[in-house]
Amino acid sequence: MAGRNSPWGSGGGSSGEDGTGSGQDGSGADDGSGGGSGDGDGDKGGSGDSAGPRNPWLPSGNPPPRRSASIEDIFRSRDPRKGGGGGGPRGPGGGFPQMPRRPDGSSWMPFLIGGVVVLFLFLSSFHQLDPGEQGVVTRFGRYSGVIDSGISLTAPWPIESVKVEDVRSFNVDTIPEGSGEKLMLTSDKNLVDLTYLVRWNIKDLKNYTFRLADPQETVREVAETAMRASIAQISLNDAISGDGRARVEQDVRERMQTLLDYYKSGIAIQGVEIKKSDPPSKTRSAFEQVTVAQQDAERDRSEARAWAQQKLAEAEGNASQFDKVYEEYRQAPEVTKRRMYYETMERVLRNNDTVVAEADGVTPYIPLPEVTRRAAPAASADGNANAKGGQ
Amino acid sequence: MSASMQKYTGVLVAAAIVLVGLWMSVIIVPEDQQVVIVRGGKPNRVYNAYVAGAPYGATDAGIHFHIPGYERVQRIDKRLLSVDMSQEQVLSTDQQRVNVDAYARYRITDPVKMIETARTTENVTQQLIPILSSNVRQELGKRTFTSLLTAERGQAMANIRDLLDSEARQYGARVVDVRIKRADLPDGAQESAFNRMVASRQEEAKTITARGQRDARIIRAEAEAEAAGIYAESFGKDPAFYDFYRAMQSYDVSFAKDGETGSKTLLLSPDNAYLKHFRQP
Repeated sequence: MAGRNSPWGSGGGSSGEDGTGSGQDGSGADDGSGGGSGDGDGDKGGSGDSAGPRNPWLPSGNPPPRRSASIEDIFRSRDPRKGGGGGGPRGPGGGFPQMPRRPDGSSWMPFLIGGVVVLFLFLSSFHQLDPGEQGVVTRFGRYSGVIDSGISLTAPWPIESVKVEDVRSFNVDTIPEGSGEKLMLTSDKNLVDLTYLVRWNIKDLKNYTFRLADPQETVREVAETAMRASIAQISLNDAISGDGRARVEQDVRERMQTLLDYYKSGIAIQGVEIKKSDPPSKTRSAFEQVTVAQQDAERDRSEARAWAQQKLAEAEGNASQFDKVYEEYRQAPEVTKRRMYYETMERVLRNNDTVVAEADGVTPYIPLPEVTRRAAPAASADGNANAKGGQ
Repeated sequence: MSASMQKYTGVLVAAAIVLVGLWMSVIIVPEDQQVVIVRGGKPNRVYNAYVAGAPYGATDAGIHFHIPGYERVQRIDKRLLSVDMSQEQVLSTDQQRVNVDAYARYRITDPVKMIETARTTENVTQQLIPILSSNVRQELGKRTFTSLLTAERGQAMANIRDLLDSEARQYGARVVDVRIKRADLPDGAQESAFNRMVASRQEEAKTITARGQRDARIIRAEAEAEAAGIYAESFGKDPAFYDFYRAMQSYDVSFAKDGETGSKTLLLSPDNAYLKHFRQP
């Protein structure tokens, strides 16, 4: 408003009035251009000539007769300002101040909007699903079908909408989450620390979408129930051993599937894997003692077995040696016996000092050449032995 | 011109009002919701009510209308909902304490009744929780600890479900399933369970050690017996010869020269059998 008043106010009163009158139509435009076009306006005001250089922002020709502003007028008067001043993305001629009238300003808009709407409708009715994906189509909320992977067409958005889910790949839930100790009761009232995985996917997307309030949480709860029920039926040793684990995994999987089918959840359990089943950490050392004891016992047994083998081999060896000798002996008993006797005596007497003495009435002279031959200190043991021998 | 425009705008505005009105009166009922139209505070009609076994696509879901302002739309979940009981201590008949955690699955089958009695599904859930936990306590309290853990759980659960179901019907709901999620020992009992486990492991360890030693002895004894058998079979063929044979071996071993200094002195009588040819050729 200040821009409008200052240039014209300094010039002639009548032309100033005219100026304000013409400016009234585009009052919005004047606000913006008042500062910039101040010089030109000053010229115009000085000469008092209405045909002088024009303000390019004002409409050409005579101003239209004034009337009460309707909604359309307001819109129309704004259009040229946007087109000229802002350089907006308007169609050709749409933004020129000389042609602010209907033909351009209001005719392109609907086409543009229509185009966007059509494009949107097309895009919303065109669905490309990756392999392994399926989509549930609902028409105004009501189920109307399932689309498979690939390209498919449905009615556009407000009518039909599609919710796409990956039905092929497996979801893996680790229970419990985190690394804390999770204890479960076994049938013998012991506790076992158990962590397991559940792999599942969607087998019936329709049921999966509509049937359960929270399918993923349901899977976890059902897994928990099934696992605890299975573990409660076996002993701690079975729960820890590999064989028991395999049975539990199978059992839990079946239980889960039964329950989920009962809920009509549309979920398929692909597998249950026990990742860890350990005794509770507080009892672990006791369990290790058992292992140590088992190994000790096994060691004892194998030592005994080794000894037994040795013993038997020895017995067999001796026996067969005897058998062989006995065979020979039987062929010529007397000769063999004598031969063996002499051979043995030879060995025995060759290695030892021998004294031959008359038995009765003869006192043997004990200090033998052997003893005298030896040095005194080393011979004390021998001396004892000799003394014994003497007795 | 302005008059005609005004007439147009009038039509346009009217059309817009009609459109907005239509838009407001349309209810889109998804498959997983039941919609109750409450007219002036009183439930008037139900769209997409739960029908057991009705296939999707053949239900009442889809577009429906109501009078905005006059009628209120209340959406109720049609899906299977869950009641999660907080952990509850149960005393079994053999005086053992167990912390039990159960859940129930239910669905709203009579939405009108549900609105009249509970207004929202959250309220139904809230009201079912104490009923569920008291039922669980009651039913499991009749059982021993072990049967509570394992065998008769199925029957107990069915009983609890029936009890809960009869209560839930008052709220227009049906209970589908009740399950024990977990049955744990309370903290104090856990400690004593650990001790028991340790003790029993130690017992097992000792037993295993003792068994190992026993087995070792048995193995040795058996081996000795077998060896004796072998000897007896072999030597029994001629005891006299065995006596001689063994004596020879024994002499060899007993009078063997052990080391440098091991020689012994033997005093032989000339009457000795070995020396008999000394006397008589």
